[in-house]
Amino acid sequence: MQQDHIVEIRGVSFGYDAARPVLRDIDLDIRRGAVVGIMGQSGCGKTTLLRMIMGALRPRAGTVRVLGRDAASLGRDELYGMRREMGMLFQFGALFTDLSVYENVAFPLRERALLPDALLHDLVMLKLEAVGLRGAAHLMPAELSGGMARRVALARSIALDPRLILYDEPFTALDPISFGVISRLIRELNDSLGATSIIVTHDVQEALGVVDYVYFMAAGRVIAKGTPDEIRSNHEPFVNQFVNGKRDGPVPFHYPAPDYAGDLELAAT
Amino acid sequence: MNTAQLRARIERLGGNMTAHVWRLGYASRFLFYLVLHSGTALRRFRLTMKEIYFAGVLSLVIILVSGLFVGMVLALQGYETLQRFGASESLGVLVALSLVRELGPVVAGLLFASRAGSAITAEIGLMKATEQLSAMEMMAVDPVARVVAPRFWGGVISMPLLAALFSAMGIFGGYLVGVQLIGVDPGAFWSQMQAAVEWDKDIINGVIKSVVFGFAVTWIAVFEGYDAVPTAEGVSRATTRTVVFSSLAILALDFVLTALMFTGGNGG
Repeated sequence: MQQDHIVEIRGVSFGYDAARPVLRDIDLDIRRGAVVGIMGQSGCGKTTLLRMIMGALRPRAGTVRVLGRDAASLGRDELYGMRREMGMLFQFGALFTDLSVYENVAFPLRERALLPDALLHDLVMLKLEAVGLRGAAHLMPAELSGGMARRVALARSIALDPRLILYDEPFTALDPISFGVISRLIRELNDSLGATSIIVTHDVQEALGVVDYVYFMAAGRVIAKGTPDEIRSNHEPFVNQFVNGKRDGPVPFHYPAPDYAGDLELAAT
Repeated sequence: MNTAQLRARIERLGGNMTAHVWRLGYASRFLFYLVLHSGTALRRFRLTMKEIYFAGVLSLVIILVSGLFVGMVLALQGYETLQRFGASESLGVLVALSLVRELGPVVAGLLFASRAGSAITAEIGLMKATEQLSAMEMMAVDPVARVVAPRFWGGVISMPLLAALFSAMGIFGGYLVGVQLIGVDPGAFWSQMQAAVEWDKDIINGVIKSVVFGFAVTWIAVFEGYDAVPTAEGVSRATTRTVVFSSLAILALDFVLTALMFTGGNGG
């Protein structure tokens, strides 16, 4: 594994059952300090790939090295050891609904580090200030807007200063202001913590403005990779359709159907 | 029905049986893992205390009110029958034995399954559906140790206490109706009860029942929640399964335990 690669994936294939492969022969490197996007349509295997980097799934073939470890061969304790160096932002935040904003951010600190209350309070406030929600510390998750909830979840995921931060569809269902806030935070937190970030998303246009490098996936394969500018000017038909949001292309607008005239019973007339 | 159809039916039956046995095995392994990882729930007992509050204290109203009414009805029905044989002064014995041996653990267990068991399943299932359990996993916190185990032990501890309170309230209800309303002699009511109810045979056996029911109901509840399909429909199905399976488990276990406890020796 190269020194400056936080994640190194070689020849990885995976399927939940043998008949339907989800990932086919994936090669992928994530450089230390970079914000990398893994993009593609729903069902293209990008979330499966993310779960593999988390160590939640094991590849059928190939190797997944994360933070210097072979993620596929770790036992429970070693896996938890690896996750202590990782933070993850789930699609809708996944805040603990029975805990306040403050307690949500304090949760990983309480569970994994024995800190005096005063220090814990300072750390929580520091993280909440970083996402602009120090004033919301006393609120419950049900009282937050979608964008605020995601910022709290972000504060929670960076509570222990992770080396690798994973984002699962961080831009889904956000208004433009919240989107701007979240995307700027992803970049700022990555740079200020000296971390590395992986964003799995299908919001391509939005994500291209944030990331340093992109892996583009379709049907379980990496079909294109490069900097955002290289992806924007890519002529591969699928990438082109996806990046520009075209209605028809390799992904057809119409779901396969029998003859239209036949369905309308026009054939006889 | 031809041979092929018959064969298909038998195969389906066999498949269903295998699936149930497999699920029971999975639930047993889950219980084993849960008990093995109960250190956090016992070391940080405050977590379990919180669940005792949710499963136990918040069930108090329904348990106490039901106990009172069951006791009052027992007294009415019991008096009606006992007085035909001139034994109405044994009303206290009838009420107390019925409650302590049977109705306390069973009815409290059924109420506990529908009030607390369903809530435990729904809560764990929804935490799964909203990725809260996955989030915990990602923070290197075992959700079985942190979320499931405190709820399990909270339920196991609450249930015998609720059953005891149910019985106590039922006896009080029996006293209200039997002594205050109908006019049975209070001295006979209490002294006959005191003489007839035995500590080791009646009380202890009732307590054992309530502990077993609490264990079974909470096990089913936490397992169904943890194993729920993480969608709105999946959680609702899991909640229903908790109530149905727990109720059936209580009734079946009650029969087995009663057969073991009260049929030996002089027949109880």
